[in-house]
Amino acid sequence: MSGSSPFGRAAETAQSSDMLLRLLRVARGAGVRISVAEAIDAFESANAVGYADRQALKDALTLTIAKTFEDKQIFEQCFETYFKRENTALSGDLASKLPPPPTPSQGEGTEGEAQGMGGEGQGAQSALGQMLMQGDLAGLAAAMERAAEAAGATNITLFTQTNLYARRILDRMGLAELEREITRLRGEGNAELADRLAKARAALGEQARGYMERQLALFSQGTTREIREGALRQVNLSQLDRRDIQRMRQLIRDMAKKIAERYSRKRYRDRRGVLDMRRTMRRNMVFDGVPFRTVWKRERIDKPRVMALCDVSGSVANVARFLLMFLYSLHDVLADLRGYAFSSHLIDVSDILRRESSDDAITKILEAIGFGSTNYGKSLEDFCGMSLKHVNRQTTVIILGDARGNRNEPRVELMGDIFNRAGRVIWLNPEPQPLWGTGDSDMYRYAPFCSQMMTCNTIAQLERVVEELLANAR
Amino acid sequence: MSSTLEQKIPSIEAIEEGLAGQGYISSRQIATALFLAVRLGKPILVEGPAGTGKTELAKATAGFMNLPLIRMQCYEGLDESKALYEWKYGKQLLYTQLLRDKLGEQLREAATLDEALVRLDGVDDMFFSDRFLEPRPLLRALREPIGCVLLVDEVDKADEEFESFLLEILSDYQVSIPELGTQVAKVIPIVLLTSNNTRDLGDAMKRRCLHLHIGYPDARREERIVQTRVPHVQASLLRQLVHYVQNLRTQDLRKLPSVSETIDWARALILLNASQLEPELVHNTLNVLLKFEGDMSSAGKLVGEMTHQALRESSHGMAAK
Repeated sequence: MSGSSPFGRAAETAQSSDMLLRLLRVARGAGVRISVAEAIDAFESANAVGYADRQALKDALTLTIAKTFEDKQIFEQCFETYFKRENTALSGDLASKLPPPPTPSQGEGTEGEAQGMGGEGQGAQSALGQMLMQGDLAGLAAAMERAAEAAGATNITLFTQTNLYARRILDRMGLAELEREITRLRGEGNAELADRLAKARAALGEQARGYMERQLALFSQGTTREIREGALRQVNLSQLDRRDIQRMRQLIRDMAKKIAERYSRKRYRDRRGVLDMRRTMRRNMVFDGVPFRTVWKRERIDKPRVMALCDVSGSVANVARFLLMFLYSLHDVLADLRGYAFSSHLIDVSDILRRESSDDAITKILEAIGFGSTNYGKSLEDFCGMSLKHVNRQTTVIILGDARGNRNEPRVELMGDIFNRAGRVIWLNPEPQPLWGTGDSDMYRYAPFCSQMMTCNTIAQLERVVEELLANAR
Repeated sequence: MSSTLEQKIPSIEAIEEGLAGQGYISSRQIATALFLAVRLGKPILVEGPAGTGKTELAKATAGFMNLPLIRMQCYEGLDESKALYEWKYGKQLLYTQLLRDKLGEQLREAATLDEALVRLDGVDDMFFSDRFLEPRPLLRALREPIGCVLLVDEVDKADEEFESFLLEILSDYQVSIPELGTQVAKVIPIVLLTSNNTRDLGDAMKRRCLHLHIGYPDARREERIVQTRVPHVQASLLRQLVHYVQNLRTQDLRKLPSVSETIDWARALILLNASQLEPELVHNTLNVLLKFEGDMSSAGKLVGEMTHQALRESSHGMAAK
């Protein structure tokens, strides 16, 4: 090693840095945010601890790359899967799938035969054919890895590309030559060997596809998810597919986290021109009381107090679920959050939401409230009886519902009471605006008592509402 | 220069041993973090629940590396003049008063106003020199001739503006003072920032740091920690109480007991002359572990059951050994 050290080491570093780059891509795909600066740090720290000790490498990379507890868990998992792939994908699987003759476990007779065959067809057989017949797993693995690299296998993004890439890998491993050889052997009448080679070729093809599937699982995670999430943001919540709910929940959590990050700090607004005497004097004591540095009075921007009234009947239920989920993931940046659910009557669900995980919570709420026909008048009455006294100028009341009260008395005057006490009343209606006021919809009768009315039926709209709520808090 | 620091910690194992010598039982990840911090010259951001030894880590590091520890506690309203440097205004004023005669003499000789100004300029520099500079923790850390461990405690409590101000120091280890010029660190200090997650730190800050999360230790490490801190504790009692606390952490509580509470509890139990856990005893001392009324009552109901569980598990552990 010392003899060829400059080249040897250069090649080694190049290899490990490739490895590291791929690992970073996998981690990014899995959702860990890694900046370029952090990638450079990752290389430096990997060099500092070396590549030999895998545990130390994992620790070092986790320290440099993952900057939250969740990220750390994701990254460690990526690390494990990544290296599992490096180890097993190449030798273990292939061994069991290759056609029998060349494996040593077949006994002495076969061994002799294999040897004889090797000698017999050495000049004639292609490189790939030889490797297959001799069961040179390490050689095959290395060849496949090389071919995959040349074919750009890590660029795979969609599952439909699996076959394409597998084919490219095989081409680069010398498939054409092998096929010519098989035809030639058949022509020469050596059908037995031709059959064995054909079988081996099929096994190899399967291997290559399997390899690409694993690549897909590792490397396309990010892209596939981006496409999917982009679509989910726009999808109509009332027609949401059941299996998307899980994904949607994750999406909402991420969005809430982003918004919370932005608004979690105490915010102040300078009132320039109004001197804060006390703090100015304190600040200038070091100058012998001569006011060199002035301190202005500041206004604190309060966290909004929110009361959310959600219709949980029928088609609105899904939107309600996500609004509540959203608000409760934001509880850090909201001063006081109360959730109410209603259909035929109204109940306070704050406790349920605080305690249960979001899924159980929705089920429990639905159990508690039942599937009665919606009655807005009765629900507003319940709300006023329970909580109107807590509504004040700092409160934002959000009502989510289609305002379809089944021709019950809408009790508009109660809505007026709420409006007069609250800072803001926002009505979110999942129906598109042209449908408002049609049929049994009382939307326009409530309209005078709403500061804002919006259609809200996708996650993107929901996000806009919540952002706006936080930005304009007073 | 920093190579001397590097020499002090040749390997990750050496750090583990060094910290253990200071009575700090680290994990491998903690040691790796320190190792990298010195090699890459990067600060470490330590996060994790309260009472898991974040501040202690800085003290132990300073102890075993024989470096001074400079600690800066962050709070809302902390600003440059308290963190970096300030002029000793009082002293400056006093000196100008005392030196007034001397100054007057100097200026009297000046024929013109211009000349007087030139003379004053010379004096001016004297008043803004090191003599009148009051270095605060950050500047002190940069000036330490042999390097130091700088602990910026609870950085999440400081304002956002201060966080951005820290960025310059943490990435270049230099700071500019208008009157004196740029101050570059003599030896790059080992910087530890701790955060209790009262708010999320900015991305820019996180990007510049190594991020170390110290969670609750596993049973074996916790036993070792309590053992080093409370040497008198009997082995059987130690195992029982650690098992109990570990079980308690799996419960749904508002504030989980951390290592420091385990240590306090061990001390309390020794004071009460306990030789093994009993439901009655646990019930009476539960307030050492739990700090909220609600937690106390919900955990109080399970005391008997959990005590027996701890006894059973710890005796299993003994048998296995």
